Amino acid sequence: MADTVLRVFRGDAGGGATVDYQVPVAPGMVVLDALHYIQGHIAPDLAVRWNCKAGKCGSCSAEVNGRPRLTCKTRMDALPNDEPIVVMPMKSFPKIKDLVTDVSWNYAVNRKIPPFQPRPGADWKISQLDVDRVQEFRKCIECFLCQNVCHVLRDHDKKEQFGGPRFFVRVAGLEMHPLDGANRIGLLKDELGLGLCNITKCCTEVCPEEIHITDNAIIPLKERVVDEFYDPITMLFRKLRGTSEKRN
Amino acid sequence: MTANYEVKEHDVLIIGAGGAGLRAAIEALAQGASVGVVCKSLLGKAHTVMAEGGIAAAMCNVDAADSWKVHFRDTMRGGKLLNNWRMAQLHAQEAPARVEELEQWGALFDRTENGTILQRAFGGHTFKRLCHVGDRTGLELIRTLQDRGVQQGIDCYMECTVTRLLVENGRFVGAFAYWRETGRFVVFKAKAVVIATGGIGQAWTVTSNSWEYTGDGMALAYEAGAELMDMEFVQFHPTGMVWPPGVQGILVTEAVRGEGGILRNKLGERFMEKYDPKRMELSTRDVVARSIYTEVREGRGTEHGGAYLDISHKPAEYVKKKLPSMYHQFKELADVDITKGPMEVGPTCHYVMGGIRVEAETGQSTVPGIFAAGEAAAGLHGANRLGGNSLSDLLVFGRRAGIAAAAHAKSVKSGATDSAQIQEAEKELLAPFSNEGESPYAVHRDLQTVMQSLVGIYRTADDLERASTELQMLKARATAASVEGSRMFNPGWHLSRELKSMLIVAEAVTKSAMARAESRGAHSRIDFPDLDAAWEKKHNIIVGEAGAMVRKEMPIPDLPADLQEILAQE
Repeated sequence: MADTVLRVFRGDAGGGATVDYQVPVAPGMVVLDALHYIQGHIAPDLAVRWNCKAGKCGSCSAEVNGRPRLTCKTRMDALPNDEPIVVMPMKSFPKIKDLVTDVSWNYAVNRKIPPFQPRPGADWKISQLDVDRVQEFRKCIECFLCQNVCHVLRDHDKKEQFGGPRFFVRVAGLEMHPLDGANRIGLLKDELGLGLCNITKCCTEVCPEEIHITDNAIIPLKERVVDEFYDPITMLFRKLRGTSEKRN
Repeated sequence: MTANYEVKEHDVLIIGAGGAGLRAAIEALAQGASVGVVCKSLLGKAHTVMAEGGIAAAMCNVDAADSWKVHFRDTMRGGKLLNNWRMAQLHAQEAPARVEELEQWGALFDRTENGTILQRAFGGHTFKRLCHVGDRTGLELIRTLQDRGVQQGIDCYMECTVTRLLVENGRFVGAFAYWRETGRFVVFKAKAVVIATGGIGQAWTVTSNSWEYTGDGMALAYEAGAELMDMEFVQFHPTGMVWPPGVQGILVTEAVRGEGGILRNKLGERFMEKYDPKRMELSTRDVVARSIYTEVREGRGTEHGGAYLDISHKPAEYVKKKLPSMYHQFKELADVDITKGPMEVGPTCHYVMGGIRVEAETGQSTVPGIFAAGEAAAGLHGANRLGGNSLSDLLVFGRRAGIAAAAHAKSVKSGATDSAQIQEAEKELLAPFSNEGESPYAVHRDLQTVMQSLVGIYRTADDLERASTELQMLKARATAASVEGSRMFNPGWHLSRELKSMLIVAEAVTKSAMARAESRGAHSRIDFPDLDAAWEKKHNIIVGEAGAMVRKEMPIPDLPADLQEILAQE
């Protein structure tokens, strides 16, 4: 069986370099299999996160030949075989060791989002059509590849002002839940910095779950922010009634 | 001397952040306890995310004739009457409320025409009973519980591994652990612990289980003096992927069969007609797994040693809608379009029915202060688990363990942890850095080979004897295994500790399998192919005594008359 070379980042927050490993390639092999081979036979201290190995848990994110991917779903035979396969950690998060990065910031952002709050007296009969829209957002496996590739985070490192596509998807799932009664529009505008997104769709391109992050989550949420804060007619209504109407 | 570890203190410590652990944490918190959850991975990555088919609960949304009694009966029959009947009863009675609760916390299940939660058919269930979200029900469950728990205020210690429970005067007082990231030590002082660490599949070569499933919780409880029960019952899920090699063992959800998938051998025969003509593909998992195995062994297997599973007779859009992750999994990993042609599938080590012996109502083990729930606990599923009964198990008994652990914590004062125990735990953990043996990965591969080839679907006394001898040698190799590099995020070092857990559970499985001289549910002995009425009345118990693993037997109490009546009905 043919061998291939995996060029893997080894190092930590203090620095590091890529190291080449010779790996035998079996049919249907994915990059994560190759990383496991390295752990099992060459470098048992190679740090890699993984769990399900089936694209369901979102643990094994890395940058393969410069592209953010789940290594468990990246087939070796889909990559050029005459040059080394370069595997680097996600760039937007601080390095811990080798391919493992510190993604704790994501968990901190998540905590800011008010949970699902059923409307008082909600009827728990829901049509599949209404469920479908929200289920798209709830498919998210939290691989954080969208966060990694978003230029607001990757190039401008605005982690203090910006929530990132993952959490716009999460808020969309809550805001569009047919029975939710909470309002997170102010949070989106102020704390999650939705306005910083200029819809380049990089997040949508890398989503392994094929969630239409930009079109179905971010743009409708931007519209809601506009309606709530910048639409003169709504503002007038609100002034007159003293409330804002939640819409799902 | 300054301590080599930091200290965290909670009323209730939960080990494991899958469905059972999170449900227990939410409930313990609701009882007013301070709760810490320790997990080996990041929050939200636990094995529960891999559960696909659904949550079994007699909601009666699709089949009005369903009831807790029918669910109870299905569970007991599926488990070949070895189940703890009280657990089976509580489970069937409480599951619907646990599902409704999830919905109130934001979970969104697939719907029926009139807007209620949709339920699908599954193996061994008389009625359409599984509440589901396409084929990613586990993700929905864990995300809902995760968000609920975080918002309610659980403290979560991610990427942290517990290596020892600290016991003083026969009761639990804390746990010793290390941070995977830094390799530094931490002691959790607590008054009660809920073990929710899941299963043991990593001891087999072909498994649907992730690296986390190394039997840690069972080994921790065993070492703390608790009893394990019915460890011989290891479920081989009938349908794992068999090709290509890298994906071998990855789960193919039973929902494929629930939605109408048909199994065929290479001759095109629908072979389940021979093995279970009444239930066919929706027979129980033990039966379907043995049927596929037998077809392959007798030369009627597919090119890569499996069976064909075909759902392509259903409309392509329906398949993509109801089985989206299966569609993508096969397309991306195996170049197979399941809307056009069959999948190749074969048995994969999936679940263990055995585990820590617990009281039905509370999940309390035989050691005060140590509770267990979910796959780590034994009892509910008997000799074979029905699909869909795992997610409901997590919710029902996770909640119960959370209540009981919080109550226990209120009733006791925190105990002092013993520094000698802690020092011993530190020493043991650091030993691989000064050892001069082989890589833990080499020992792990050989352990998997032994369990796969000698303690698999079909067992014999000879194979089990050999396995037992091999395990003793592997234990010596594991103790001598050495690791390279630093303590920072070092998977080889992490594995060296997990090997110890795997070897304890592997020995418990083998010892129990050797004793049970009959075939029942997931335990099939070629040398004892039939059910034995005497074995229907007893559990195998494994307990440590003076450093040695001892097997005992425990009689199963008779069913009360009302449950007997339910069981007798058709």
